[in-house]
Amino acid sequence: MIGLSHMLIISTALFFIGVYGFLTRRNMITMLMAVELILNSVNINFIAFNKYLYPGKLEGVFFTVFIITIAAAEAAVAIAIIINLYRHYKSIDSEDADTMKF
Amino acid sequence: MPGPLYIALIPLLPLITFAIISLVGNRYFPKFTGILGTTSLAISATISLFTAWQYFFVEGSVNGVYQQIISFKYTWLEFSPNVSIDMGALLDPISVMMIVVVTFVSLMVHIYSLGYMKGEERFSTYYAFLSLFTFSMLGLVLSSNIFQIYIFWELVGVSSYLLIGFYFDKPSAVAASKKAFIVTRFADLGFLVGILLLAFHAETLDFQTLIQRLSTPGDYLNGIISASFLGVSALTWGLVLVFIGGAGKSAMFPLHVWLPDAMEGPTPVSALIHAATMVVAGVFLVARLFPIFAMSCPVALDIVACVGVFSSLFAAIIACTQTDIKRVLAYSTMSQIGYMMFALGVSEYGENGLGYMASMFHLFTHAMFKALLFLGAGAVIHYVHSNEMKDMGGLRKFMPITHITFLIACLAIAGIPPFAGFFSKEEILTAAFHSNKLIFGLAVTTAAITAFYMFRLYFSIFWKSEHHPHHGDDHHGEGPKTMLIPLLVLGLLSIVAGFAPFHHLVTSDGHPLHTEFHLLFAAGPVLLAIIAIIVAMVMYKKESALPGKISEGLKSIYQAAYRKFYIDEIYLFVTKGIIFNLIGRPSAWIDRNIVDGFMNMMATVTENFSDTIKPIQSGKLQLYAVWFFAGLMGMVLLFIYLWA
Repeated sequence: MIGLSHMLIISTALFFIGVYGFLTRRNMITMLMAVELILNSVNINFIAFNKYLYPGKLEGVFFTVFIITIAAAEAAVAIAIIINLYRHYKSIDSEDADTMKF
Repeated sequence: MPGPLYIALIPLLPLITFAIISLVGNRYFPKFTGILGTTSLAISATISLFTAWQYFFVEGSVNGVYQQIISFKYTWLEFSPNVSIDMGALLDPISVMMIVVVTFVSLMVHIYSLGYMKGEERFSTYYAFLSLFTFSMLGLVLSSNIFQIYIFWELVGVSSYLLIGFYFDKPSAVAASKKAFIVTRFADLGFLVGILLLAFHAETLDFQTLIQRLSTPGDYLNGIISASFLGVSALTWGLVLVFIGGAGKSAMFPLHVWLPDAMEGPTPVSALIHAATMVVAGVFLVARLFPIFAMSCPVALDIVACVGVFSSLFAAIIACTQTDIKRVLAYSTMSQIGYMMFALGVSEYGENGLGYMASMFHLFTHAMFKALLFLGAGAVIHYVHSNEMKDMGGLRKFMPITHITFLIACLAIAGIPPFAGFFSKEEILTAAFHSNKLIFGLAVTTAAITAFYMFRLYFSIFWKSEHHPHHGDDHHGEGPKTMLIPLLVLGLLSIVAGFAPFHHLVTSDGHPLHTEFHLLFAAGPVLLAIIAIIVAMVMYKKESALPGKISEGLKSIYQAAYRKFYIDEIYLFVTKGIIFNLIGRPSAWIDRNIVDGFMNMMATVTENFSDTIKPIQSGKLQLYAVWFFAGLMGMVLLFIYLWA
């Protein structure tokens, strides 16, 4: 029987994979994908809690749908930023975009 | 009893003229500004003459006693129901007498300047300043409130500063204007403290109330007398401090140093400000507060008398050695103001107020003949283009009108009857004789010295060497009519002003005074003056070696007097040597090292600290993310373990 804790383990794993990817990859597209992973781990959490703890309710599902929508918009904005950065630096390496410092 | 409102026009007309000239006249009709200023002042002078007529002969006296009339009063700044700064006009014998003197002398100077200042580049600025000064001086003498007088007091200081520094491309004029401003400002500090002290105890700033409360026995008077500082009562302190302000303006020793230097300004300005009007403001101030001085605090009045008689003699001695004609006149002004001061100092209130009357009388006559002397000197300077006596001589043939009027003024100041100075001086000497024999002796000595140095001046300018060094200038004549008419008018007044019935009109309490004239008493000083004139004639009428020999014989005294008794040097020593070294430099050190040091230390600490932490702002996005997640983890851990 697959229980709540299995779901949470999956989402935790996904979360840390996302964090790891975000911190280690220099390619900004990859970093964006890592952020998506983090978001999806949150989505899994919502669905899992909704299903196992409050089966009769729909708030978790709504939230998940909402987050997916936002994530789509956010991806569009992020890619627009990345394209602009690329035009400016001729690179999408996050190490190169380091002019905002002391 | 409220007086007529048109009094307000007397000071306001010059103010409006000042505004017009400086705002538009300067640019659009510079040539016309002189006429404008003169015309408006002529109206002002007419109104003040009319006021004087009304006051003295029609409505001023009730049962033969001259009243103080508040012509109008406008509350300008109210601190509490009974303490407020008002702008108003107080009419009493001295202020009415002063507005006549101020507007009249100012009018003469305005007319004279039309010729004297003709062709000056800043002609219209000059007239603007003259109007400003006239306004301030009229406001000063009409003040109904002790704070109002302070405001106008500063205003005359400013206009005097502007006019002394009129030729601002001359370094000496700039230095002189600064000196005048700083010295008088320094004295005004005393005046301000004095005002605050008196007003604090009397709980009013209004002149009439203040004088009434502090000169009649009562709670206020007891309060101020019992409050003491360093063993001297607050009343004495207040009056002495106020007198210091007056002494600064009136060039009394030791605050006189600015007056001789102030002669750097245009000569008509010296005539108006530094001879006839502004410098007597100190005398006027003491006269204004005279009931307090006389009835409550004779000690302060004694100080006034001592300072006055000392300055008088001191300046007279210096005047004998100076060679710049304007400086001689400046010291003679100081000496004559000293006369007015000690006349007030020896006076009493009421029936024995001869000194007060004599002082005001002398102020009046002095304004006439001293303005005449300065304007005459201005004409001479205009003619020979020099201030030095040695460049002059034999001018009587070239400048007959100036010669005659100057002679009249010299006779007047020397106290020869029937010229104006004789009457006022005789009254002062009588007052001094009945009060203090020492002061009387010094005053007579001063009178003799005065006659001597005035005739030294007269003979050096108009006689002495017959060959005149500036023959080339003969064709331009004595000067334009605008310069000669004021000389003639003032000359006439210097003859007849002495016959003004002052003892009926201007007295300390408004009651007419009965004076007696003793022929024998008057004869002494006159004889002395005549002897002094003869001495001057022997020494200076012809080119002779005598003055040189005498100055050689009295070398040390002569040198000391010539160098003005080293007062300037003492001031320089005290300021540069002592104050700058002992106070200025340590303060500068404290400012630089401790005050600035503290601020610099704060800045350095901040800078170093930010230098240490600024690498955190590395610009590396993922490094920020690491910090962020580390923080988040920390929070989470705290949340989990401390929530309980």
